[in-house]
Amino acid sequence: MSAALQNIINQPYKHGFVSDIESDVAAKGLDESTIRMISAKRNEPEWLLDFRLKSYAAWLKMTEPTWQNAHYPKIDFQAISYYSAPKQKPKLKSMDEVDPELLRTFEKLGVPLHERMALAGVAVDVIFDSVSVATTYKAKLAEVGVIFCSFSEAVKDHPELIQKYLGTVIPSSDNFYAALNSAVFTDGSFCFIPKGVKCPMDLSTYFRINTEESGQFERTLIVAEEGASVSYLEGCTAPAFSSNQLHAAVVELVALDNADIKYSTVQNWYAGDENGVGGIYNFVTKRGLAKGINSRISWTQVETGSAITWKYPSVVLQGDNSIGEFYSVALTNHYQQADTGTKMIHIGKNTRSTIVSKGISAGKSNNSYRGLVKIAPSAAGARNYSQCDSMLIGSESGAHTFPYIDVRNNTAKVEHEASTSKIGEDQMFYFAQRGIDAEAAVSMIINGFCKDVFQQLPLEFAVEATNLLSFKLEGSVG
Amino acid sequence: MIYPDSKTILEVRGLCASVEGTPILKNMNFTIKSGEIHAIMGQNGSGKSTFSKVLAGHPDYEITSGSILFEGKNLLELAPEERARAGLFLAFQYPIEIPGVNNSQFLRLMYNTVQSNRGKEELDPLEFDDFVRDKMKLLEMREDFLDRSVNGGFSGGEKKRNEILQMAMLEPSLAILDETDSGLDIDALRIVAQGVNQLANKDNAIVMVTHYQRLLNYIVPDYVHVMVDGRIIKSGGKELALELEQRGYHWVSDELKVAA
Repeated sequence: MSAALQNIINQPYKHGFVSDIESDVAAKGLDESTIRMISAKRNEPEWLLDFRLKSYAAWLKMTEPTWQNAHYPKIDFQAISYYSAPKQKPKLKSMDEVDPELLRTFEKLGVPLHERMALAGVAVDVIFDSVSVATTYKAKLAEVGVIFCSFSEAVKDHPELIQKYLGTVIPSSDNFYAALNSAVFTDGSFCFIPKGVKCPMDLSTYFRINTEESGQFERTLIVAEEGASVSYLEGCTAPAFSSNQLHAAVVELVALDNADIKYSTVQNWYAGDENGVGGIYNFVTKRGLAKGINSRISWTQVETGSAITWKYPSVVLQGDNSIGEFYSVALTNHYQQADTGTKMIHIGKNTRSTIVSKGISAGKSNNSYRGLVKIAPSAAGARNYSQCDSMLIGSESGAHTFPYIDVRNNTAKVEHEASTSKIGEDQMFYFAQRGIDAEAAVSMIINGFCKDVFQQLPLEFAVEATNLLSFKLEGSVG
Repeated sequence: MIYPDSKTILEVRGLCASVEGTPILKNMNFTIKSGEIHAIMGQNGSGKSTFSKVLAGHPDYEITSGSILFEGKNLLELAPEERARAGLFLAFQYPIEIPGVNNSQFLRLMYNTVQSNRGKEELDPLEFDDFVRDKMKLLEMREDFLDRSVNGGFSGGEKKRNEILQMAMLEPSLAILDETDSGLDIDALRIVAQGVNQLANKDNAIVMVTHYQRLLNYIVPDYVHVMVDGRIIKSGGKELALELEQRGYHWVSDELKVAA
């Protein structure tokens, strides 16, 4: 590997600053009293405390999953603080009331909260450590009946909706990390698109972990009623700490008849340094229920951060003719480990799913695609198309594919294609001989490789993702 | 063509290069002037392809001694992309496939990068489209060529034409054609040669590296050099190529032994 290329790869993580904001941090450790404390701090109703305690009881009986293709020291769940909130008056009427230091943080992150956001026409909810800080455009969205607010506000203002849908897609006993999240989640976003409404703008949430020993356990719930549609964007960053932070989020999507939910993520949690020290453990459960006929749920993710990623955004295709999609780019560098993919569970008739997964491994990283396509006996005429492509950069990285296919209806059609390629020295030399330097060459090759996924992203996110990938890969080829 | 007022484009002196410790080029000397076309011929393993890659700066080769001056500049101090921007072009023997990268975007990035480095105007996508289509006519290329990925699924002939197209776009002062004739049928050979002949002028120089005399029927060289074991051991006019074709490479090596 050439020295110039080495230099570029070793550029520091640009989101690795800590904001100097006073935080209200809970003592480390987890037991029933922690959960009661979290619930009390947030003035939660009894039913929610019950939900938490039941989840906690379930979690206690579960064991940490170890089947993923990732290696890390055992997590001490008692060494984590389960609540951290910026100290300030929680009620904000407008953006002007937000702590200026916090706003500067978001400026550093490139999150344009003010006019820039207005220009982009995106409504943003910001989750800082565990608490939702500000939601823009609330009033405008309310005019068309769209509810977009922090999870805590939703619990207060729309308890009937939360009670109706919370835990219906991902029951709290679903898996170890989902149970943990259900017990201790602090905030997140709630989004409700009523019958027949096409959400007039993209909705967006930015997550940030700012405290060294706190975990982040946010919870997102999106419901699209009959004929409704919404495009939702999620971005994540965290400062650089030498310790590891746990991020165990849960995202539930519900699409009723003819509803359409498009969920896009650009995940850039701190990945640890070039020696694999520090970084976020990103153990996330995301699932959509395509409940109604002709409903559609589409996941698009660009995963570039985190020391470890364990994430399988899935779709349960319950309604007849419903559609599930998963478009993913996962990039790992240095010592990052990603085990990510999807599950497409076909239950309704003529359900269709598409999986396009692009894994890029550089440095000494390990990148695994793990996917399940399950066709239930009821899913007559179901179809799936999966394409998993891996690209290796350098000679010390690993790419793995673990496809699981389970077909119980003989009218179903399932296709799986896979490929592995390598950015080789000869390709780089070809570019160089045409005057193109290594950075531009890598960026062009990677963008070509990820094209099918990037074109699924909303425009401003596509640009961000393209830049992010080039930035992350700088110098890894040579 | 040989012009009286020509200037030296490339001057190679006592060049030795090795790959993974094995010497390949051993005291290579070579000079070419503007307006000239030279052919370097030799058997497999004689070092002729190594020579073209070394000129372009391939990272696999280590220069152990010698010098290369390119238009008066020390070529060995320049990175491969700087050499390309300075006007050195290599038409590859095996142009590599770059899956997923759109050919037209690649060509535009190439062209604009080189242009801006030469302090010239870059072209926007529409202007570029006109420009590249015009050049494509020269090489009788199909329209859909621009929409495909770089060299992706191209036939041997298409790959070589793509190389010459790039040469036509970049207008290098020195073009090295590495086995451009290999894998070409007669029609493709004619088209490629026609393209090269139209690009040759009194300000640039062309080096053809080849095995066979065949290409030289279409692109007539001013000088022919024979490479054996990492250096040029015989040089002459275009008739040397014909003599080689009739008498074989052994004739030159044997002649050398007798002289020694």
